[in-house]
Amino acid sequence: MTAFLTIIIVLFIAVAIWQMVKIFDLAQAGSNESAVATDKDNKINGYLMMGFLAFIYIITIVSFWYLGDLPLMSNSASAHGPELDNLMIISMVIIFIVQTFTQFLLHYFAYKYKGEKGKKALFYADNNTLEAIWTFIPVVVLAGLIIYGLFTWNSIMNIDESEDPLVVELYAQQFNWKARYAGEDNVLGMANVRLIDIDKANILGLDESDPNAQDDIITTELHLPVDRPVLFKMRSQDVLHSAYMPHFRAQMNCVPGMVTQFGFTPTVTTAEMRQNPDIVDKVKHINALRAENKEAIEERGQELIYEFDYLLLCNKICGKSHYNMQMKIVVETQEEYDAWLKEQKTFENSLIKEDLKSY
Amino acid sequence: MSAHADTHAHDDHGHHHHKETFVTKYIFSQDHKMIAKQYLITGTIMGVIGVLMSMMFRMQIAWPEEPNVLFEALLGKWAPDGVMDADIYLALVTIHGTIMVFFVLTAGLSGTFSNLLIPLQIGARDMASGFLNMVSYWLFFLSSVVMIISLFVEAGPAAAGWTIYPPLSALPMAQGGSGMGMTLWLVSMAIFIASSLLGSLNYIVTVINLRTKGMSMTRLPLTIWAFFVTAIIGVVSFPVLLSAALLLIMDRSFGTSFFLSDIFIQGEVLHYQGGSPVLFEHLFWFLGHPEVYIVILPAMGLVSEIMASNSRKPIFGYRAMIMSILAIAFLSTIVWGHHMFISGMNPFLGSVFTFTTLLIAIPSAVKAFNWITTIWKGNIQMNPAMLFSIGFVSTFITGGLTGIILGDSALDINVHDTYFVVAHFHLVMGISALYGMFAGIYHWFPKMFGRMLNKNLGYIHFWVTAICAYGVFFPMHFIGMAGLPRRYYTNSNFPLFDDLANANVVITVFALVGGVFQLVYLYNFFVSIFYGKRTTQNPWRSTTLEWTAPIKHIHGNWEGEIPHVHRWAYDYSKPGHDDDFVPQHIPLKEGEEELQH
Repeated sequence: MTAFLTIIIVLFIAVAIWQMVKIFDLAQAGSNESAVATDKDNKINGYLMMGFLAFIYIITIVSFWYLGDLPLMSNSASAHGPELDNLMIISMVIIFIVQTFTQFLLHYFAYKYKGEKGKKALFYADNNTLEAIWTFIPVVVLAGLIIYGLFTWNSIMNIDESEDPLVVELYAQQFNWKARYAGEDNVLGMANVRLIDIDKANILGLDESDPNAQDDIITTELHLPVDRPVLFKMRSQDVLHSAYMPHFRAQMNCVPGMVTQFGFTPTVTTAEMRQNPDIVDKVKHINALRAENKEAIEERGQELIYEFDYLLLCNKICGKSHYNMQMKIVVETQEEYDAWLKEQKTFENSLIKEDLKSY
Repeated sequence: MSAHADTHAHDDHGHHHHKETFVTKYIFSQDHKMIAKQYLITGTIMGVIGVLMSMMFRMQIAWPEEPNVLFEALLGKWAPDGVMDADIYLALVTIHGTIMVFFVLTAGLSGTFSNLLIPLQIGARDMASGFLNMVSYWLFFLSSVVMIISLFVEAGPAAAGWTIYPPLSALPMAQGGSGMGMTLWLVSMAIFIASSLLGSLNYIVTVINLRTKGMSMTRLPLTIWAFFVTAIIGVVSFPVLLSAALLLIMDRSFGTSFFLSDIFIQGEVLHYQGGSPVLFEHLFWFLGHPEVYIVILPAMGLVSEIMASNSRKPIFGYRAMIMSILAIAFLSTIVWGHHMFISGMNPFLGSVFTFTTLLIAIPSAVKAFNWITTIWKGNIQMNPAMLFSIGFVSTFITGGLTGIILGDSALDINVHDTYFVVAHFHLVMGISALYGMFAGIYHWFPKMFGRMLNKNLGYIHFWVTAICAYGVFFPMHFIGMAGLPRRYYTNSNFPLFDDLANANVVITVFALVGGVFQLVYLYNFFVSIFYGKRTTQNPWRSTTLEWTAPIKHIHGNWEGEIPHVHRWAYDYSKPGHDDDFVPQHIPLKEGEEELQH
């Protein structure tokens, strides 16, 4: 229905434009006005330039007002998150200062120096000092940002394996995720898609003869113990996918034919995050919106009430159902995690044995 | 040297009076002015298709899975009962990107204005090779036709995103669009690249060899500098995309494994072994990044020229502008890795590319400040072309600034492939380059068609477009910073993003209004070709040589001798002259000094 209304509106706009065009045509036919801007045009458009400057400022403020609760800049749930958010905030502040200032100069000059007959512009072709100034200032600012950025990048990407991180494989396929835990030995068994044997339920292609593989655990939910470094090894069996975990400020592509990696330390459990005032507000807001759309949501077969969960999303176009490739992430205490893990089947036990099958 | 080239060109064209038939004049024309118009019209048609596609997928994003009469009418079997199919959504996104980047903003922009302005502004009778120029246009036309045919194949058009990363684009079983649709996409692009290379070589040779007497490189208008450097970037980087496309064709059709390895799909293991999709990403972005400068540099050139002319002031820092074009061109070839920070390449490479990428901000900042200083204390004539030029600087700044975030590898982790990226590149290269193109069209329409565009319609066109462009892309940054990934058919499976739904509706409304208002421009354009006011010789009172050529297009551009050049292109409001502009072909007065820094 909304879509239909939109089309009607668009049609009306088209008709309105048509009418306006006709009026302008008629108005012009009689007058001797040339097609070149007159003083009157300069004046009107000069004022409109100031109006447009106001519009830019207003849309900035409105965007912040309505959309300014930016989950990617606050309430990170990983150890490196705050550092990254800091860099983001510094960059944003610089951007908004420069934006406000340069847009002002541009539009104000356009207004102030709008043309008038008989006026002559200043013949001003060059000034090396000015050029030097606005080369030098960006150099200094950018040098700062580059250095800060590179330090942050290196500390995120250099994974310290001496900290005994929990090794977890993220396995991507069209259109779902699997997680593989390394088990008690904390060593992932060898795997290759050529070893996939659907009949035996060896869905990730683990090497059945590899002793390290026997205690591996394959799950469809990602559980992580809080405050323990995790090292993710990413694989994909078909096309490119990207493992995006926005709350943890983490993302890495999954590439068929190679293993990629990313490491972080989750610092806030799911339960704690649900208590976070910002998240409580956000969830309340979302649920209010969902209550308004009750029918559509129930038609889709979704639960009406939304409860906060960390998510792993696919963030690289991967085919038809790319938009629905997700996995729930649960961060919990070590005890909860241990209890959960114990309930899961090891690879060895999940395999359908040849001898059983023959019966 | 140029004097010699001059006489040579003169002999070639000036005294030959070809018998022109309809076919040689309008279809297989070798005249650069006609070819420019052909590029512009073809680009416009492709642009209409590209914009329509974006309006359709924006409606899907705002009102997901709702029946829509428009979809039913335009998409046919891809919208059963008017509900858009997820596959066609991705196809629309893919073809929108491809058409806008390559067919509109590369061929439509560069093709039109390089062809129109290079010979006219440097004082040449035509391009170095009129024949190659004709071949270049017709190859472009052919590639457009193939691209459009690809929309109608059974399994659907290419749908792997305009970056067509394998394996998705390589395996027909991964996605319907990766069958015949992708084959045609690749064929179309291969033809397109051939067209672009012929065009670029022609531009380079023409600028180097056919400048009129007195037109030294440091007297060239900035438009020519921009086209010249753009052509060089094109020649350096487009062949790499061609190689990527050819290798992908080999992988798809001949069973090689350049980009594929260890793939299990639809219950079977494929034979591919040893290739890497990351290699494709490197090859693709080795063109893909310079491509954005291929798009934006000509727009910068046009805007510089129009700003000087309409401010009645010399462009500020002419040499610095040239240096920054060169710096941008050089840097553009060594920053491609910033599209790949999280592709799985070595993090150390990420550091290197962060460094080179952020360096580009320096020449860009210099250009922005120089434009602002150019209008300072000017006598600004608010012609539609000037409005679009000011709009260009505005969106270039807004869009460019967020590049500081995306170019920083650490920050990119978080916003990579979200709507933040979409907002960034649409403002900085999409909208900006479109503004540059519109500015160019409003400014040089009289040169192309001998008539003027209606300025009032131009004003409506600009102001509505300007507001809608910000309305669409400004809030989009925030949606991206909320973590919403791009290329999602619907966000309704993520209650997490439910609070962004209203913002998406607002964006779509701005997009629809902005899209519909382009009709004003189309009306103005096509009606003015036939019924516009007749132009005078030099309607904008500009200094460059094209305004000395007769209004009526003739083969060889000037009757009699080509004017000689005695000064740079920016003698606006020069003290000691009565007029507020001194054209390039006017000799220096006695005692007058030429500005040479």
